[in-house]
Amino acid sequence: MKRHLNTLFVTTQGAYLAKEGETVVVKVDKEIRLRVPVHTIGGIVCFGQITCSPYLMGYCAEQNVAISFLTEYGRFLAKVQGPVSGNVLLRREQYRRADDEAGSANIARAVLTGKIANCRTVLQRFLRDHQEKSNTDGVSHASKLLSSSLRRIQNENSLDVIRGIEGDVAHTYFSVFDHLITSQKEEFSFLQRNRRPPLDKVNCLLSFLYTLLMHDVRSALEVAGLDPAVGFLHRDRPGRYGLALDMMEEFRPFLADRLALSLVNLSQIQGKGFEEKENSAVLMNDDTRKTVLIAYQNRKQDEIMHPFLDEKVTIGLLFHIQALLLARHLRGDLDTYPPFIWK
Amino acid sequence: MSYSYTEDDLLPLSALQHLLFCERQCALIHIEQAWSENLFTAEGRIMHDRVDTGKHETRHNIRSEFAVPLRSFRLGLAGKADVVEFHRQGNMWHPFPVEFKRGQPKQDNCDRVQLCAQAICLEEMLNVEIDGGALFYGKIRRRQDVVFDLNLRKETEEASKRLHQLIASGITPAPQYSKKCESCSLIEVCLPKTCNRNGSAGRYLTRAMVE
Repeated sequence: MKRHLNTLFVTTQGAYLAKEGETVVVKVDKEIRLRVPVHTIGGIVCFGQITCSPYLMGYCAEQNVAISFLTEYGRFLAKVQGPVSGNVLLRREQYRRADDEAGSANIARAVLTGKIANCRTVLQRFLRDHQEKSNTDGVSHASKLLSSSLRRIQNENSLDVIRGIEGDVAHTYFSVFDHLITSQKEEFSFLQRNRRPPLDKVNCLLSFLYTLLMHDVRSALEVAGLDPAVGFLHRDRPGRYGLALDMMEEFRPFLADRLALSLVNLSQIQGKGFEEKENSAVLMNDDTRKTVLIAYQNRKQDEIMHPFLDEKVTIGLLFHIQALLLARHLRGDLDTYPPFIWK
Repeated sequence: MSYSYTEDDLLPLSALQHLLFCERQCALIHIEQAWSENLFTAEGRIMHDRVDTGKHETRHNIRSEFAVPLRSFRLGLAGKADVVEFHRQGNMWHPFPVEFKRGQPKQDNCDRVQLCAQAICLEEMLNVEIDGGALFYGKIRRRQDVVFDLNLRKETEEASKRLHQLIASGITPAPQYSKKCESCSLIEVCLPKTCNRNGSAGRYLTRAMVE
């Protein structure tokens, strides 16, 4: 397992990435701006007009360093994939399990347990920090609803029912999300989650953070030898990374949502850092995007206690740990998948 | 002479020492294809450095060949020898495998078994008999001679058989935590204290409901 999981984000338009020995060099106008040993990074994410030498791509693939290309706005374009690695027996077990209702329900239940518990913790932390506020009733009611959903799914073996509960949970949680925004209220209001396209600043922020999360989760699954496309809670859909979406569920609330809230509540980003298009789609400007990227990077350096492993790990390492734990469950080492549960 | 294995069956010779260290470690590497940065990139880099030093050299009555490809259909193994020395005796050149190890001599037999497997490969490929070889330990900068006697050969054959059975089963054995786990570079992939298969993850999920 890698100890260094910094992601190299390249946002300078026209930059060229190449391999020199065991390092990646970033050149802008033929001048070397940065040189990093490949073994110290966990991934490379290129935004917009960035090019990359094939030798660097091959070397990164060999070293399990994921390279993704996104548009300047963070929409996924392409990823670099090396020769297929990993354990063919693990993949076959993943597919067999996905075809098996009881086996899928077992994992879907675990994934959803992680999501609900972490959503509930987001709400409870708000309640703990704002005891004096008068409008906390809605949030505390939502938290109770999540608790009862958590109890309901524990013995639920039907995938359809589990998926239905997932929908209810998302609805309950986002219905009170606006309460969690405590400053810059007139600039950042949240009515409901919308994605295609994001129609307000908060949705724009969440979508961008989820894209970063997707890159990290997907590459961690690939490093662990799992197929990110075949999920358990999320049904197969061509072109969709079902398993990556499954594993993102536990990370969304405590990593992405919390980060979005702290960026807004601590006024690290402002309303003027966004622009609205003619069709009411909302986009971030470059400076805001950089601020978000740096905040995400910094968050990944934070140490956190892993409640299942009972040891301190960096948040950046969590993606790899969770992918590994899922692989260990599929290969018979663990009775179910233990999601990361944030208290 | 008929052999038990074909080209398709050959397993990496290096897996023998993993097997002798710990069957689960061997399964994690060769079944689960677990990847551990410190283990492989380091080993790979060291191998590369040596392979790039040249093809062979001759001094006095010793000719050395580097990174020599090996295989044995009897053991069902294939790999590479760091160095094979050919010692001149009269007008004959006798092969003498030498394996480099970064650390110091180990208590167990796993380095000697690996070297013996290399000798058996060479015997089969060159149709000769090889009495001995040497292990070079980087930590003490010293060579230790190894004699390929009947006991060591037997141990090598048995280890090869067990390796083939383990890989064919496709089953990764459950971990058994012991002191040597702390020196294993795969401890973070293996999770010997956590993957104890006693329903721990289920209980962990149940605890999550408690507020």
